[in-house]
Amino acid sequence: MNIDKRLVRKDSLEKLFDILKRNSKTIYAPFSKNGKTTFRNAESFATISTGYIQTTESSKDVAFPRTEKILDFSNNKDGMSVKGTDLSNLPEVILWGVRPCDAAGIGELGSIFNWDYKDEIFNNRASKVTVLGFSCNKSDEFCFCTSVGGNPGNTVGSDILFTRLGEEGDYLAEILTQKGMDVVSEAPDLFEKAETPLKDKFLAEVPVRFNHEQIREKLDKFFESEEWNKQSLRCLGCGACAYVCPTCACFDIQDEAHGKKGSRVRCWDSCGFSHFTLHTSGHNPREVQSARWRQRIMHKFSYMPERLAVYGCTGCGRCSRACPVDMNILEHLISIQEVTI
Amino acid sequence: MVDLIKRTKELLETSEVKVVIGYEQGSGNKTRALFVEKPEDADKLIFDSRCVQNLAAYVTKKEIKEKGKMAITATLPVMRSIIQLASEFQVNDSNLLVLGITPESKMIEFKNLVEVEAFVHQFQIEIDDRNKEMLDRLEKMTKAERWKFWIDELTPCFKCYACRAACPMCYCSRCTVDVNQPQWIPVSSDELGNLEWHIMRAIHLTGRCIDCDACYNACPLAIPINLLTKKMLVDAKEHFGGYQPSLKGDHLMSTYKPDDKENFIQ
Repeated sequence: MNIDKRLVRKDSLEKLFDILKRNSKTIYAPFSKNGKTTFRNAESFATISTGYIQTTESSKDVAFPRTEKILDFSNNKDGMSVKGTDLSNLPEVILWGVRPCDAAGIGELGSIFNWDYKDEIFNNRASKVTVLGFSCNKSDEFCFCTSVGGNPGNTVGSDILFTRLGEEGDYLAEILTQKGMDVVSEAPDLFEKAETPLKDKFLAEVPVRFNHEQIREKLDKFFESEEWNKQSLRCLGCGACAYVCPTCACFDIQDEAHGKKGSRVRCWDSCGFSHFTLHTSGHNPREVQSARWRQRIMHKFSYMPERLAVYGCTGCGRCSRACPVDMNILEHLISIQEVTI
Repeated sequence: MVDLIKRTKELLETSEVKVVIGYEQGSGNKTRALFVEKPEDADKLIFDSRCVQNLAAYVTKKEIKEKGKMAITATLPVMRSIIQLASEFQVNDSNLLVLGITPESKMIEFKNLVEVEAFVHQFQIEIDDRNKEMLDRLEKMTKAERWKFWIDELTPCFKCYACRAACPMCYCSRCTVDVNQPQWIPVSSDELGNLEWHIMRAIHLTGRCIDCDACYNACPLAIPINLLTKKMLVDAKEHFGGYQPSLKGDHLMSTYKPDDKENFIQ
């Protein structure tokens, strides 16, 4: 299919934002505070953060919130009554400023949430998200999208992908889906039909650092390796890596009651936590951190490709940037590739 | 750090300890924890001003303890943590040797924890000027302003518990927040759930927190949660005459005297 390519003048982005806002769209965009960048409901164009290589948090919160109410319950004299969450009024959200490695993550999350059971809440939320991706013109030592099948100008997952043509230049807009066309139709004049250059030379350079197929094959025979213990000794077992990850989908179901009524909620959970696999018997099949770290890598680079035909990693490098003890996933993957069994 | 490397090699060669915990060069400009088990790996050890992670968080970790006697590269905050941990029976002379780093970056080896305590007691825990200023600012706010400040700061928290993991004093094998029968603290990362977690954390650390900032440094969202524990430190000083970790273990918040002048405690 020929991708519809348009030119968006550099001054037109703000106009686009204002028009979408005026048409009552909710726009989530990068916002910086305390030196960290996260997605927030953007009130004005001026509050949107620019210049970030990657946001600290992924944008997955929009389709898979950190806390999601599944149902309300109450216990009264007629017995227990249960009311499921109303999915008809979920908000239409425009995600603004998403990097390609994040946009790709939404699809990977989707394959987890539709593996066997079709998760209605996730699917409903995801169906209402329009992704305005922005290609990367900068990268850092933690980026490795090209090693997991992505690239700094990857269109996968975006509804429109903007690529800045030079430091202070205009934008190439690739209109990729119907949702993307819907955005264009809100402000057709801003998307000019013009001769557009190839985007490649404006993209960041992200060298390929490992072969993910090779890693997958290696992992088949790597379960008992001493390497897991070596790599994970400094891991403190927090959930920072999982919570900033665009593809980590684990959650925990909790009942939060106040008196005779309450809600059942699902909350993010992390395989790094020591009690993640703790059984009611007291037995824990992943009793040590090395087993938990192994699970993290195996899940993303072996189990997911095997069962879902996608990798559970988009190479965004967030986990390495966020880790308080410098667990660098790229470095660890390279050593898995290099270690002889 | 020639002394540290040399001593690490000796300690491992003579099997006096099984593992030496120190720092190595990490990714980019980061440094990170290193666990030296073979003398030849000691050459990777470094020490400079970037080495601020509180390594005492590792001395209660099962996987490290199982290796046998440990030695630890310990800056002043690490030494303070160790004294507090010793007073809570988490470490002792038979399982831990302290290779101290003085504020002048000199190595100083201690024979035992009594010596570490004596060294630590030469210094008061002082809150730095930048944070003092922040505490003053908070103090001068109206209740409503202060409430807004904390709601704004704590709402982004997604409860990854990096603050808990990085804190040497948070060594419980099962934290209250992970108990759900009954559930004490809401699990949700929302306004109430986050507030309860952070308030509980601060209260639980009062009279134990040695103000190392590990929680703040670990937070992937840079939420200034260390202001809570700092404020508790200031209050403890005002009401109880200050806090200094000590082997005697006369803990500020968990001991009382029957003849206390306040009557609510009786």
